[in-house]
Amino acid sequence: MPEVSMTVNGKPAKGQIEGRTLLVEFIRDNLGLTGTHVGCDTSQCGACVVHVDGRAVKACTIFAAEAEGAEVKTIEGMAEPDGTMHPIQAAFQDHHGLQCGFCTPGMVMSAAALLAENPTPTEAEIRDYLEGNICRCTGYHNIVKAIMAASGQDVSRVAAE
Amino acid sequence: MYAFEIDRPTTLADAVKALGAEESQALGGGQTLIPALKARLAAPARLVALSGVDEIKGICTADDGALCIGGGTSHADVAKGAGAYPALASLAANIGDPAVRNRGTIGGSLANNDPSACYPAAVLASGATVVTTNRQIAADDFFDGMFATALEDGEIITEVRFPVPEKASYQKFDQPASRFALVGVFVAKYPDGVRVAVTGASEDGVFRWSEAEAALSSDFSAGAVEGLSLSGDGMISDLHGSGEYRAHLVGVMTRRAVAAAG
Ligand SMILES: Cc1cc2nc3c(=O)[nH]c(=O)nc-3n(C[C@H](O)[C@H](O)[C@H](O)COP(=O)(O)OP(=O)(O)OC[C@H]3O[C@@H](n4cnc5c(N)ncnc54)[C@H](O)[C@@H]3O)c2cc1C
Ligand code: FES
Ligand code: FES
Repeated sequence: MPEVSMTVNGKPAKGQIEGRTLLVEFIRDNLGLTGTHVGCDTSQCGACVVHVDGRAVKACTIFAAEAEGAEVKTIEGMAEPDGTMHPIQAAFQDHHGLQCGFCTPGMVMSAAALLAENPTPTEAEIRDYLEGNICRCTGYHNIVKAIMAASGQDVSRVAAE
Repeated sequence: MYAFEIDRPTTLADAVKALGAEESQALGGGQTLIPALKARLAAPARLVALSGVDEIKGICTADDGALCIGGGTSHADVAKGAGAYPALASLAANIGDPAVRNRGTIGGSLANNDPSACYPAAVLASGATVVTTNRQIAADDFFDGMFATALEDGEIITEVRFPVPEKASYQKFDQPASRFALVGVFVAKYPDGVRVAVTGASEDGVFRWSEAEAALSSDFSAGAVEGLSLSGDGMISDLHGSGEYRAHLVGVMTRRAVAAAG
């Protein structure tokens, strides 16, 4: 079996994989980092979004072998080592951006990729960027609100339509 | 998924060699192929990943002014880097979602030739040239019906050359569940005439609407195509829309594209 090595949340990680091993399987099964969720396994829902070399990708739609040598960041890498939440995570909590929480890891990773590219997105830009992240609970409004808040913007105008 | 091996060459020469082996298949961004492998619709013995081949990535302008895009360039990079051809950059920026755009490539999209994909319309409307490891293929000779192209086994798309039009626009009527085009129309105006390519509509895949091209070549205005219509025969009919509905949308999206091209 071939071996793959990469950096995950700043730490070196390696393991034996098959050709068909998906990155999400490597992260969850080999590394035990189960914060990255598999919602659909068909590239539709975005629950599995992680960053590979700074870019948001669906970890269910990239082979682990393709992340050889890459810097991977998962939801476990967002909080500070002492447990202090990342501002996006804190904003999701403050603004009730989650209910069951299944979509949340992907939402937070997508939001972080958006804010890295566009630090003060409009409400429309946030909704557009989240096109590939599906949430079955919240109706999205509070997710959008949380991301607006995390980017330091006024959220009083983001309301249920 | 059935089991297979993955090769990750770093040069085009090594990729060609690896694809020469029995039952090998190229892996672009995997945004179509990986779901197909999961559904066991494909069963290669070996995948040859092109993601490590830097020489087929990137965007540049040729001496004749054509915009050249490497076959391994992601949709996200085209969205950012194809400013010289704004309609093309905007097409790339509206494929799927951000994560799909970060992995999916122009070469993979063209090789796949999904009847609802966006890039085939741009390539056909621009009269672009598809450059492969073996030859150069004119857009009019490249697409060969649903999911079929002129590509031979082991042939890799290394570059696509787009002549830059005077005016152009791509108008996509989204199918919100798949994020592909329910119908998409690309209109491009060149000094020697207008080309109109339609995706998402026909059972034969992307096609040129010659009646609209003739009308727009003599009068480039939305009004010039007002009276034209297509028949619903041979159009894709599914739960998202009937053949007649798609034929109707082709007219609407063509007029919108002309109006948006200015
Ligand atoms: C949720 C979702 C939404 C999407 N929405 C859209 C959309 O709106 N519009 C749209 O057009 N597409 C859409 N797509 C498809 C997406 O654009 C894919 O990226 C594209 O169709 C395939 O490109 P790829 O690089 O991922 O190729 P892969 O999936 O890796 O490969 C596809 C095929 O091309 C071959 N191939 C790959 N690269 C090359 C090459 N350089 N030379 C020769 N053959 C090659 C492979 O062997 C395979 O047969 C969507 C996909 C998903 C998952
Ligand atoms: S699990 Fe990857 S997109 Fe749904
Ligand atoms: S909070 Fe339940 S799916 Fe989003």
